[in-house]
Amino acid sequence: MSVLVIAEHDNAEVRTATLNAVTAAGEIDTDVDLLVAGSGCGGVADECSSIQGVTRILLVDDPAYEHDLPENLSPLVQGLAERYSHVLAPASTFGKSLLPRVAARLDVQQISDISDIESSDTFVRPIYAGNALATVQSTDSVKLITIRTTAFDAAPTEGGDAAIEKIEAVPCPALAEFLGQELTPSERPELTSAGIVISGGRGMQSGENFAMLERIADKLGAAVGASRAAVDAGYVPNDYQVGQTGKVVAPNLYIAVGISGAIQHLAGMKDSKVIVAINKDEEAPIFQIADYGWVADLFTAIPELEAALDADP
Amino acid sequence: MKVLVPVKRVIDANIKVRVKSDQSGVELNNVKMAMNPFCEIAVEEAIRLKEAGAAEEIVLVTAGIRQSQETLRSGLAMGADRGILIETDEALEPLAVAKLLKAVVEREEPGLVLLGKQAIDGDNNQTGQMLAGLLNWSIGSFVSKLETGDGSISVVREVDGGLEKVRLKSPAIVTVDLRLNEPRYASLPNIMKAKKKPIDMFTPEDLGVGVAPRVTVLKVVEPPARDAGVKVSSAAELVEKLRQEAKVI
Ligand SMILES: Cc1cc2nc3c(=O)[nH]c(=O)nc-3n(C[C@H](O)[C@H](O)[C@H](O)COP(=O)(O)OP(=O)(O)OC[C@H]3O[C@@H](n4cnc5c(N)ncnc54)[C@H](O)[C@@H]3O)c2cc1C
Ligand SMILES: Nc1ncnc2c1ncn2[C@@H]1O[C@H](COP(=O)(O)O)[C@@H](O)[C@H]1O
Repeated sequence: MSVLVIAEHDNAEVRTATLNAVTAAGEIDTDVDLLVAGSGCGGVADECSSIQGVTRILLVDDPAYEHDLPENLSPLVQGLAERYSHVLAPASTFGKSLLPRVAARLDVQQISDISDIESSDTFVRPIYAGNALATVQSTDSVKLITIRTTAFDAAPTEGGDAAIEKIEAVPCPALAEFLGQELTPSERPELTSAGIVISGGRGMQSGENFAMLERIADKLGAAVGASRAAVDAGYVPNDYQVGQTGKVVAPNLYIAVGISGAIQHLAGMKDSKVIVAINKDEEAPIFQIADYGWVADLFTAIPELEAALDADP
Repeated sequence: MKVLVPVKRVIDANIKVRVKSDQSGVELNNVKMAMNPFCEIAVEEAIRLKEAGAAEEIVLVTAGIRQSQETLRSGLAMGADRGILIETDEALEPLAVAKLLKAVVEREEPGLVLLGKQAIDGDNNQTGQMLAGLLNWSIGSFVSKLETGDGSISVVREVDGGLEKVRLKSPAIVTVDLRLNEPRYASLPNIMKAKKKPIDMFTPEDLGVGVAPRVTVLKVVEPPARDAGVKVSSAAELVEKLRQEAKVI
């Protein structure tokens, strides 16, 4: 058995989600290869060679792979998959758009978003917005799996010594053309790997008011997230959304401000270690899962919290 | 252009699901069912394309038990033209659904297939991507904006870092995200009209597709419960608790 992990990167740096997938791969087998496909991504391969638990880096450097187009990457991964018992990718928008396409072409039923590994063919995954956990066993000869990144620690980026092997690009049909991107600029930690997350909901009332949460975030070194209602209302960009259909986070501390606690939101944050809820409605369902609940108007509570964080412990 | 919209019948998003005590799955008996919310967004988008003159016909397709017809009817009431039911009692996995949809695509030859990005029961997020793979078509997944052009479709995708714009060669597959549109409610006259719209029936055998599952569900359990904690009444108290008790800041 050996496992292939598809690295997620932006041709300059590897994304943390890749490190979580490497840890999951290591729970299946000790022989773990990492595919770095991109354009001008040699530096990423070098960076990845020191990740602990990786045996070999497969580097493919070709303009066709610059933008993660599944149409282009899928023939490459499909060709490699036959040499492995498992192919893993993070359950990020990258992994979710690529891996099912490969699975279909290999006639394999992919297993999505696993949160635990019981054996080389048996996995646990949340279903129904995390209201149930299914233990499933795959009968396919190659297993294609996406990894819930919050369920597996990030592999250490030091101490590994993987060999880098260059491989050839695989011809692909010109089906899609990348036109551009609008990435949300942020100096703060990445939402899905941050140790602390502070999220705002419809109760924030406007995008400007999110500045209050940003000030707290900067004091705590936290990432800022949001409920769907806050994103739909245009307060913050789409990539802030935490939940069943947004991002899944599990930080040490999650602070929910003006968020009611709909099941779809809980699906994305209820595995956080400590949960704080600030809401003026004491009946809000978020309080049922909060370790510390504060029934208060956020417009007075948040400035008070900011001041209290400044005060000497 | 013909638009094909695969829709799924799922437990209504507002219902709290219950795990069966024998751990075989979740309780589906006497539970309110509805069209998967993402599929509603796909149906709405197809109707808007038709209203804008970019689509001529909207065909809905669903695979599942006989009652899935109700899901087709609700999409027809929104404004789709006709439906296809692929009837089976088998619990369908995304790969099987994608194979069934491929067979329908080969018969119907649509210029665009609009799917939900995810069904909120299994949370698989696979079927559209798989269908694109089987057909070797282009795909725009997690789409929040869509424009049809000559021989191509431009989409804006919601990705982890923000937004991404891609041009897809037609025919194409698009899976829709929450912010593409807000689905309309069906009016009473349209609900009446929908009863007369045609629904074709097939079985997987008719389409020559095997749908036996590849993955065995060994058990389904409730996740560990989280207990409500304590209430605090001031910022100082909260910060104190986070520092001294929880030790997270
Ligand atoms: C298919 C589907 C997928 C979905 N996916 C997601 C998802 O991924 N993520 C997600 O978050 N949601 C998702 N939702 C939406 C979800 O069901 C809820 O509608 C949403 O989470 C509500 O957001 P909210 O809590 O911010 O807003 P509301 O439910 O409106 O709650 C606002 C809260 O703010 C409080 N409040 C208001 N003013 C103040 C104040 N001044 N001070 C303190 N508190 C105040 C109120 O008491 C209330 O509790 C999904 C829904 C569907 C159907
Ligand atoms: N049984 C089905 N019949 C028709 N369409 C389906 C079915 N299952 C899934 N789909 C489509 O595929 C999308 C994604 O589902 P999934 O891959 O299961 O998350 C749904 O929103 C539907 O558009």
